[in-house]
Amino acid sequence: MAEAATNLLTTADGRPLKAALAAAQARARRRAFLLVLPLLLFVVLTFLVPIGYMLKRSFEHDGFANSAPTLVNWFAQNKGFDPANPPEEAYAALVQDLARMQVEKTTGQAGTRINYSVPGTISLFKKGAREADTLTPPFKEALLAVDPEWGMPALWRGMESASHVYTPEFYLVAADRKLTDEGWARGDDGQRIYLYLFVKTFIVSAIITVLCLLLAFPVAHLLATLPMAKSSLLMILVLLPFWTSLLVRTTSWIALLQEQGIVNDLLVGIGLIGNDGRLSMMYNMTGTIVAMTHVLLPFMILPLYSVMKVIPPSYARAARSLGATSWTTFRRVYLPQTLPGIAAGSLLVFILAVGYYITPALVGGADGQLISNLISFHMSKSNWSLAAAIAGMLLVAILVLYWLYDRLVGIDRLKLG
Amino acid sequence: MALPIYASPLERIWHYSYLVICGLVFLFLIAPILIVIPLSFNAEPYFSLTPKMMALDPEGYSLRWYDTLLTLGHPTPDEARDSSWWSTVWERATWVQAAKNSFWVGLWATILATVLGTIAALGLSRPEMPYRRLIMALMISPMIVPIIIIAVGMSFFFAQACIDPDSAMGTIFGVFLSEKGCLANSHLGVIMAHAVLGIPFVIITVTATLSGFDQSLIRAAHSLGANPRTTFFKVIMPLILPGVISGALFAFVTSFDEVVAVLFIAGPDQQTIPRQMFNGIREAISPAILAVATILVVISVLLLTTVELLRRRSDRLRGVTGR
Repeated sequence: MAEAATNLLTTADGRPLKAALAAAQARARRRAFLLVLPLLLFVVLTFLVPIGYMLKRSFEHDGFANSAPTLVNWFAQNKGFDPANPPEEAYAALVQDLARMQVEKTTGQAGTRINYSVPGTISLFKKGAREADTLTPPFKEALLAVDPEWGMPALWRGMESASHVYTPEFYLVAADRKLTDEGWARGDDGQRIYLYLFVKTFIVSAIITVLCLLLAFPVAHLLATLPMAKSSLLMILVLLPFWTSLLVRTTSWIALLQEQGIVNDLLVGIGLIGNDGRLSMMYNMTGTIVAMTHVLLPFMILPLYSVMKVIPPSYARAARSLGATSWTTFRRVYLPQTLPGIAAGSLLVFILAVGYYITPALVGGADGQLISNLISFHMSKSNWSLAAAIAGMLLVAILVLYWLYDRLVGIDRLKLG
Repeated sequence: MALPIYASPLERIWHYSYLVICGLVFLFLIAPILIVIPLSFNAEPYFSLTPKMMALDPEGYSLRWYDTLLTLGHPTPDEARDSSWWSTVWERATWVQAAKNSFWVGLWATILATVLGTIAALGLSRPEMPYRRLIMALMISPMIVPIIIIAVGMSFFFAQACIDPDSAMGTIFGVFLSEKGCLANSHLGVIMAHAVLGIPFVIITVTATLSGFDQSLIRAAHSLGANPRTTFFKVIMPLILPGVISGALFAFVTSFDEVVAVLFIAGPDQQTIPRQMFNGIREAISPAILAVATILVVISVLLLTTVELLRRRSDRLRGVTGR
């Protein structure tokens, strides 16, 4: 026993080396973590907490639950009621709450909440609340006489659902579901706008990514193969847009592409198009795609360049000397080696394009709007919960892409210029 | 890229068309930025080159849109320009106010992001750092998560992040907050939002500089008797300074160009240049915006030059030749 102990390696002050090392490593870990801690707290406070608030809001709306306490109470006690034929007590509770809403001026809040899942109910609530204190029992007949829509099963389902403060309903609405008399169902073909806009955003982002790749590939190749002095000079041309204000670039695209703009003037000037046949390239999808491609192009060139820079030119020469044509050399030897750069650039451009807001808002016109603009639209209309739910769906999509980027490329490889 | 001597005629044609394609892409990149410069000197309230401008007639050019930047919001724009007229410009002119706001918000956001980001980058580049990948992913995410999502979240949170302005805490911190004592509609709120957006840039540039940093220099400094503070200021800081400065410049430009968060969380007192431009483009588009744009292009050229010079210096210090 005593012999074994003396065989253990110890530090100068007699502690076992293993324990001393573990303590030292723990101390080093703690020190490293303490350096990161202030920033971590700051990012949690100004980034994670706000996003948490947004996600909470996407499940939360107390507009109806607060303004109709009697009905909320009744729903809580009668869980299995038939929405197609609610009993007289339910109508009595509803009329009582409508009268209260009229006094407390909360009709708008309650109506807005129901309006999310059953569109067109704000005016119904306003009308009902105005008449509520004149109504006499039996309340069912009286209220149906004011407006027969009060008997809609969808409305009763909606009110039952809205009596809970927390609900996944806004995600259903954002996924183009709506509440019908039979329960939640797909919206009509013409009204499925949210998922349509999601799909459109992804398609437009894919188009922009492909355009960026096509434009960036030759340029990145040129920069990577030119001698240093020339390539640093040309690199300035890539980096300058990167450093120039986004609003400046968007403004100049308006000046270039609008109907009285420079490109149209030029085309008319050289006689390609007539003065009355000016192309409309601004305030539509074309404007969005052109301006966004320009804005995101440096994000494609830089990762491609850093990969192409380290491809040894001797491989291509070897392929040529073995009899490959220049096309085969490119396709079989050069292109596969650039794939990491293509993946990095494409994913980055795609991620940035999916969430883009400013450029579509300024140059997109009516049909060039993307999903971010819809979020902003609902925020401006005070449809906060719906805006938050759409933002929540967008966030999930972005996080999946970010995870993919980290797996394929690695975030440590992100470089600026 | 030189053409090999054995190239066939077809390959020669392809090579020259490839150069033309590259030239066109460079034109696509740079022309939209340069075009605003002549347009901003337009004598007419148009957004395009007038025939007079094309003919290089001096009458087609004027400085009137630059003048607008000084007179917009000025109560007596046409009076004699003595010292009191100029001091009114400094106090009242809309664009000058926006520039002042942008500058101060950008400066404080940059200081916040750079100090926190540099210290954190030092920790993140230590091999012992626990959860390194996860924390790194979190720090970079403000650049990846769409700004609209961050802005929406902040507008919810900052409206509720309030302290009673009459309470003891409120009297101390009230100057940084809005009249109601909230982060929403306050300078501090905008500064915090911009700082968080600038942090990824600081982290990326500083960790990149630290990746080439020889850790044994720290041990050498310690063995020669330097305490951690001396080691940081005399050994680490001079070597990573180029990275820190370019990170700070990135953070400043991010703040200086940021409009979405400002639109969602700022009040009328936090009018910045990008916000003014955004509203200007949406409402009445006047060449005054092009004058601002030209000034911003000049600023970005200066910043880019600074960053390039810094990078070369940093490469030289670290013994890296070439890019």
